[in-house]
Amino acid sequence: MPGDKVDSLPPQPQLARRSERPSLARRVGLFLLRSREASIAIAAILLIIYFWSTAPAFLSIGNIANLAEYAATTAIIAAGEVMVIICAEVDLSAGMVYALAPFVMFFAHQAGVPFVPAILLGLMVAAMVGLINGFITVVLQIPSFITTLGTLFLINGFTLTISNGYPVQPKGTPLVTDLFGGNPISQISWAIGVTLALQFVLVKTRWGLYTIATGGNLVGAAEVGIKVGLIKVGNFILCSTLGGLAGILDAFRISSIDPLAGGTDIMFMAIASSVIGGTLLTGGSGTIIGAFLGAAVLGILKNGFTLSGVSAFTFDMILGAAILITMIINVRLSQLRAAGRVE
Amino acid sequence: MSEEVLRTEHVSKSFGQVTALRDASIRLARGEVLGLLGDNGAGKSTLLKILTGFHQPSRGKIYFEGKEVQLKSVSHARALGIEPVYQDLALINELNVYRNMFLQREIMYGGPLQILNDGAMRERAKEQLKQMRVNIPSVDVEISKLSGGQRQAIAVARSVYANAKVLLLDEPLAAMGLKESTMILDLVRHLKEKGDVSIIIVAHNYAQIFDFCDRINLLQNGQITFDQRTENTSVEELTSLVVQEYRAARASVKPPASK
Repeated sequence: MPGDKVDSLPPQPQLARRSERPSLARRVGLFLLRSREASIAIAAILLIIYFWSTAPAFLSIGNIANLAEYAATTAIIAAGEVMVIICAEVDLSAGMVYALAPFVMFFAHQAGVPFVPAILLGLMVAAMVGLINGFITVVLQIPSFITTLGTLFLINGFTLTISNGYPVQPKGTPLVTDLFGGNPISQISWAIGVTLALQFVLVKTRWGLYTIATGGNLVGAAEVGIKVGLIKVGNFILCSTLGGLAGILDAFRISSIDPLAGGTDIMFMAIASSVIGGTLLTGGSGTIIGAFLGAAVLGILKNGFTLSGVSAFTFDMILGAAILITMIINVRLSQLRAAGRVE
Repeated sequence: MSEEVLRTEHVSKSFGQVTALRDASIRLARGEVLGLLGDNGAGKSTLLKILTGFHQPSRGKIYFEGKEVQLKSVSHARALGIEPVYQDLALINELNVYRNMFLQREIMYGGPLQILNDGAMRERAKEQLKQMRVNIPSVDVEISKLSGGQRQAIAVARSVYANAKVLLLDEPLAAMGLKESTMILDLVRHLKEKGDVSIIIVAHNYAQIFDFCDRINLLQNGQITFDQRTENTSVEELTSLVVQEYRAARASVKPPASK
């Protein structure tokens, strides 16, 4: 492959090439290479066209609502994961917090707490889990993969214990239910809101800047005086809270809280969405909008294949291949960027 | 020129059994460029790390602007105006030039969200780099796309912008080509002409930096063995000193104390 020689090329030929006017195809290619969101968005559009042509029911109102709900849950958790992954950490426990937070809310409500404070209590417990994850990772210096693997089992066991393993049915007031996921528009609105808000935080605020700096060059960021531990802990709290929020939204949408829902499945979907969307697991670089689109693509794939009658087994194969291909492209791209070929 | 900015008196540093620095006394006047030379393991980085507040001396005193100070930490030294430019530069590859230059000193709009004022940072970074005659394609490019010399220049510019009184350059020319070295040395000369910042350049290749220094200190085996104004010495004299050191090292059965 000619691309293999890129790294060793001297700089002069590139300068010469740059002064020529690039062809339209090359410019479009460069745009897609530069903007990860654009390439994943195009993949999503192509998939929509494909599934629409094979199964016209794909674009029916009912199915779109279905698709939006599925993608929204994943996208909300993925937004938090992106922030943690940019810090060069990972949170494996978010899917378990997804199951825990609605139970906390449910039991608080049963004990007489009105719904809104009960929801806040659920979110606070979720935030506590994030604080514990962050503390163990940053202060006790356990790699976050191990830390959150531990809390994953811990929380799962805890949720099963307090629920006795049985699902419960929350009965919110119509307004609360509508606001928190019951209305078909509500959940996707939450997902879009969370995505836009966090994307703004990431690219335009000091918190986002320090998050990128922490993951990009941990030693350097500490040398200039950034409190890198604080940044990591904060993002663990954020990720866990969003896991809890996703769980509470689904609880009202399905009007059932299942201790076995979410778990590793939704956590891996969220991480897969982040990676497919263009966030690097090595830290320092990521996009929340990309993760949203990644969740949409996964949702479209799953929904589309289900409509076309493809089995869940096949879907997992396709998902696996999609993650691998995306990662290979990502790594190749960052090599090209490092070699100065793609600006 | 004669006003003193930084002085160490009989500073020593031991790590367990090993004495890395013995009785080192250096002084630095305002606007002066001091070349701190020495072989690997001579104690250069130990002395530098004491001046940045990273290590605390085992014995000896440090004076800053005439007053005795105990540099408790890197941020303490920095608050006084002692700015290190590390070999690793502490730049964030994933961020663009102006965001790196303002890291930890961001210009923000008011309010709890701490929204970054990119426009203001971009303009001031441009201005500062222009003043310092640092040439880069644009302040909007990611640091990872710049050459080693450009990255070094950005790191220096960042420290100068932080109102550095003393700039500590740790091997600024290490692993740098001729063109890039020239760029850094031009920058040092420019800072020297302006005269409001004092510079210590740590290097083992003295021929490269010789012309830019006002004074040369030579560290050998943890001791300052040589202190001369540049006009009273020459590259040849330094060479002969270093050659003597090598001969002595080869003659002795025991290898010279290192680290």
